[in-house]
Amino acid sequence: MDKKHGSKLRKIIQICWGVLTNAYVKGFIAGSSTIYTGPLKHFCVPGMNCYSCPGALGACPIGALQAVLNSRHRKFPFYVIGFLMTIGLFLGRFVCGWLCVFGLIQELLYMIPTPKLKIPERVDKVLRNMKYVMLLVMVIALPLLYRNEYGAAKPFFCEFVCPVGTLEGGIPLVLLNDQLRPALGSLFIFKTAILTVCILASIFIYRPFCKYLCPLGAFYALFQKVSLVKLDVDKSACVNCGACARKCAMNVDPSKTPNSTECIRCGECLKSCPTNALRFTCAGKKIGNKTNIGETKNEEEGN
Amino acid sequence: MNQKIVSRIIWTAALLLALGMVVFGYVSGEAETVFSKAVNICMECIGLG
Repeated sequence: MDKKHGSKLRKIIQICWGVLTNAYVKGFIAGSSTIYTGPLKHFCVPGMNCYSCPGALGACPIGALQAVLNSRHRKFPFYVIGFLMTIGLFLGRFVCGWLCVFGLIQELLYMIPTPKLKIPERVDKVLRNMKYVMLLVMVIALPLLYRNEYGAAKPFFCEFVCPVGTLEGGIPLVLLNDQLRPALGSLFIFKTAILTVCILASIFIYRPFCKYLCPLGAFYALFQKVSLVKLDVDKSACVNCGACARKCAMNVDPSKTPNSTECIRCGECLKSCPTNALRFTCAGKKIGNKTNIGETKNEEEGN
Repeated sequence: MNQKIVSRIIWTAALLLALGMVVFGYVSGEAETVFSKAVNICMECIGLG
């Protein structure tokens, strides 16, 4: 991958993916109460994308996981877990960095020029475990343990936490559909408050939802060390300057832990490395031509 | 055996397991459960209760 154009390429892919997976234009027409109901909704998208978004063409994997877990028959969600495992085995948290609409929104908010907040390392470390708690407790355990008299459970994460549903589904649908407005109540206010905190936090902290709360990121993190797409360090070229660690907005040190569970494969560290020691690999094979990238850097220095 | 070969075998086995789960889940009707949830506005998800 060309160092110079890596970030731009990622932004283009993020935007294109967001548009492609939310391309049901009819859903965004005011007065229309419809969301997409076609056959593509049988399938999940790899990133967080509320299926009640007026434009959504696919199903949200976390929503789908809860839908199966919440059903009266208490089924093991083979279909959704199998899908997430497949994506995890190929891409790991590459999905977070390249194919998640909510991740893109947080990144754009972080681009607002304000002083940025540095969370103390110890606090940050504790908070990062919250996403695993979200996955285990809110997505899996509570729906299994708490059932109503008819045997159905609530989608706890979607209902009480998920700011993606409020942003992509709740707000547009309430704005576009006046029939839904009488249903507004304390839950909507609560969820809007969570979304507001997430949005404000995203201006000062890089991807706070991804770092601390996202259960999907937590699931993909389990596959980070075995996924096909990886980050590789050429130890013979690395001069331990720490430039990559300073550049990493997810607070990873790629030279020491290139396959950290927190790395979202954004590739910013590749650009900062003065010796081209970092490289994306796919199935052990390097992506991009090292010589070409080195030449690009030399040309830039020459200019 | 080379560690690289072992990890490749484990990775392939995991992928086959994952794909098997997808197929089994699809055949046993889980995709329909996902579909029926996804084609209706999820009132809980959007904060309307």
